[in-house]
Amino acid sequence: MTTLGNIINGVTRRPTGEYGIWSWLTTIDHKRIGILYGVTAFVFFLFGGTEAYIMRLQLSQSNLSLVSPELYNQLFTMHGTTMVFLVVMPFAAAFFNFVIPLMIGARDVAFPRLNAFSYWTFLGGGILLNSSWILGGAPNAGWFGYANITSLEFNSGNGIDFWIVGLVLLGTASIAAGLNFIVTILNLRAPGMTLMRMPVFVWMTLVTSFLIVLAFPVITVALIELFMDRSFGTNYFTPEKGGDPLLWQHLFWLFGHPEVYILILPAMGIVSEVLPTFSRKPLFGYSSIVLAGIAIGFMGWGVWSHHMFTVGLEAAANSFFSIATMLIAIPTGIKIFNWICTIWGGAFRPTTSALFAIGFLSLFIIGGLSGVMHAVPTSDYQQQDTYFVVAHLHYVLFGGAIMAVLSGVYYWFPKMTGKLLNETLGKINFWLIFIGMNVGFFPMHFLGMWGMPRRVYTYDAGMGFDALNLLSTIGVTILAIAIMIFIYNVFKSLRDGEVAGNDPWDGRTLEWSISSPPPHYNFATIPVVNSRDAFWESKYGTNAPIEGVSVDSADENENGHGIHMPSPSYYPLIASLGQVVMGYGFIFNYALAVIGGLITVAAVYAWSLEPATEPDHDE
Amino acid sequence: MEQVHLKGHESEHETSLGIPHRKLLIWVFLASECMFFGSLIATYLVYQGKSLVGPYPHDVFSIPITSVSTFVLLVSSMSMVLAYSAISRGNIKVFRIWILSTAILGACFIGFQVFEFREFAVEGLTPRTNLFGTTFFTLTGFHGAHVTVGVIWLLSIFGFSFFKKFTSADSLSVDLVALYWHFVDVVWIVIFTVVYLIGVVEGG
Repeated sequence: MTTLGNIINGVTRRPTGEYGIWSWLTTIDHKRIGILYGVTAFVFFLFGGTEAYIMRLQLSQSNLSLVSPELYNQLFTMHGTTMVFLVVMPFAAAFFNFVIPLMIGARDVAFPRLNAFSYWTFLGGGILLNSSWILGGAPNAGWFGYANITSLEFNSGNGIDFWIVGLVLLGTASIAAGLNFIVTILNLRAPGMTLMRMPVFVWMTLVTSFLIVLAFPVITVALIELFMDRSFGTNYFTPEKGGDPLLWQHLFWLFGHPEVYILILPAMGIVSEVLPTFSRKPLFGYSSIVLAGIAIGFMGWGVWSHHMFTVGLEAAANSFFSIATMLIAIPTGIKIFNWICTIWGGAFRPTTSALFAIGFLSLFIIGGLSGVMHAVPTSDYQQQDTYFVVAHLHYVLFGGAIMAVLSGVYYWFPKMTGKLLNETLGKINFWLIFIGMNVGFFPMHFLGMWGMPRRVYTYDAGMGFDALNLLSTIGVTILAIAIMIFIYNVFKSLRDGEVAGNDPWDGRTLEWSISSPPPHYNFATIPVVNSRDAFWESKYGTNAPIEGVSVDSADENENGHGIHMPSPSYYPLIASLGQVVMGYGFIFNYALAVIGGLITVAAVYAWSLEPATEPDHDE
Repeated sequence: MEQVHLKGHESEHETSLGIPHRKLLIWVFLASECMFFGSLIATYLVYQGKSLVGPYPHDVFSIPITSVSTFVLLVSSMSMVLAYSAISRGNIKVFRIWILSTAILGACFIGFQVFEFREFAVEGLTPRTNLFGTTFFTLTGFHGAHVTVGVIWLLSIFGFSFFKKFTSADSLSVDLVALYWHFVDVVWIVIFTVVYLIGVVEGG
């Protein structure tokens, strides 16, 4: 056993270190992966924000030529694609990763290595997409890439190919993560945590994961068809051969509308955790919030053509999609009233996290109402492709999703790092974002109603657009300052922030019952759950406190030495790397794609032959 | 080689639903695959009869030949069941026979498909020719790719069965590949009906 076996073992020895760069590259700890997702998403947020700010500068006055029309097309395409796929979704994934196992009383996700694979593939997809800037020009057909301005005939650069391959990679990462979280939530709940005792954030993650798993295959097919058209000369979107560009719109929005709920449901979950905690009340109407979330998940599949009212579908189709869209306002309204009733009569504490949650609530209502406005086809005819739509989508995505993400950051940062974020800076941060957001995006409602089209790089003087565009740019400048204050707050608080302790907010859910940051095995003893808001009940309730349970031999050993945790692994990283090489191969050279494919296959074999957990004494 | 008898991460704990993690994973994954093939089939149906030039489905399809390859794939599902049944009873030798048969039958199906694609190309139908060619080759090509992945997966399990002792975790692995294999089979039944049979009847 000394010769060959040992050499192979030496080369392929498993990573074991707990510190340093290799420990992060090979980590399969859900908490570390969550932090990686969060930090990466924030870096991409700065990218997407910079793109937005360049566009705002270009539009701050009439007839400016800060950027060329071609560059402007690339900027809005990359801004939209980045913010949807590289910022809001991975921010949600960061919280899924860090919080979900802690909330359901688990030690990790169901498939820790698959989880690492999701992260690295997401990172690779994001890098591939952004590398298009220096490799021949970024995609330029808008984030929904309508056919046939994406066809080779009208778009001969390789920006669209980067977009296709990048989105397929990001879709792969998202589907893998979605599968993982469905299994984790359904299968790894602590004893006693029935489905209707799960925190609402867990519920919304479950619904979101199902949407991801079912919606991304649809866009994958659309992207494959587009790729075949561009690379192999097929006829999907070529009208001369009978192809119908509308097919793209149907496939894209059949994915795209569930995608909207993929972006907003996690935000709704975060707010459903934050508001009860800071109101010192249980969530009002728990069951109706959960059912409304599930209803949104189902109904989201029946509304996609409201993005297409102006393409000339039949009146019957427009009516159906209009009614279906307005119906979605009902479960959404149920949620909003439940949140308001949660605050009502509570002992409300205006922490930064709670303020962001209130900010979400108020801005999301505005965005939701303008959404109902363009659910009416006749009204939508006036609003389609104007700044009114830009205002709407920024109220739901910035005012909605990003506000909730920031609420979540202020809420869970102490659990992630052991330090509280500075509240004074936090409140300045909140008010600047709230003001900047409204100054930046509210004028766009008027600009849109006055007829300013979106995605046009400039406008003439004398159209009456100048003043409000300047105001909007000023608002976005305030936002940029606010984000810098946020960054300063994170660094300052990490260095000399107040130590958080286990339970800084007097929380309700299981993650607050363990230390901050949690040990790598999370729970020395797996808790037994007897009620909703189990940790709160154990502190104040009449139910019995959370008990330990003999799940494995670990419970005699409170410091966790007996707990078998899955070991780090190289293979998720290598498999993702293979995918990315394959991606570049599909853009530049099919031989490279074959090499990437072989790397992936090799990594998958090594992965499946490697046991999930190394034995204690590897002798 | 040391024999480390490890129960997988998952089998150490009871799962909340009582279903192993990997089995739940494959079910949800197949749901995802349903949306994938659903979108491809929907595209095919949307473009059915919209080709501007031939060849059309009734010009190229040979129902007898495709019926044989369909039969081969259906029989492979039966041998898959027999393989799973054998491993559940712990009969490794019989298991090897049936899982290898399944892989060979799957490979035969792929052979039929390659033959068919070549025939169609000879008759002037390529993915570029018309909408029928575009949608037909994409749909059946991705199905064929799934069968190929399945064959590789089956052969891998067949190969591993010689190098390590099979445990209950490996019986689960066979269960997973079986679920995948039956799914791919069912998708083919839909494709055979919608694309081939209806295509010929309606004259495309």
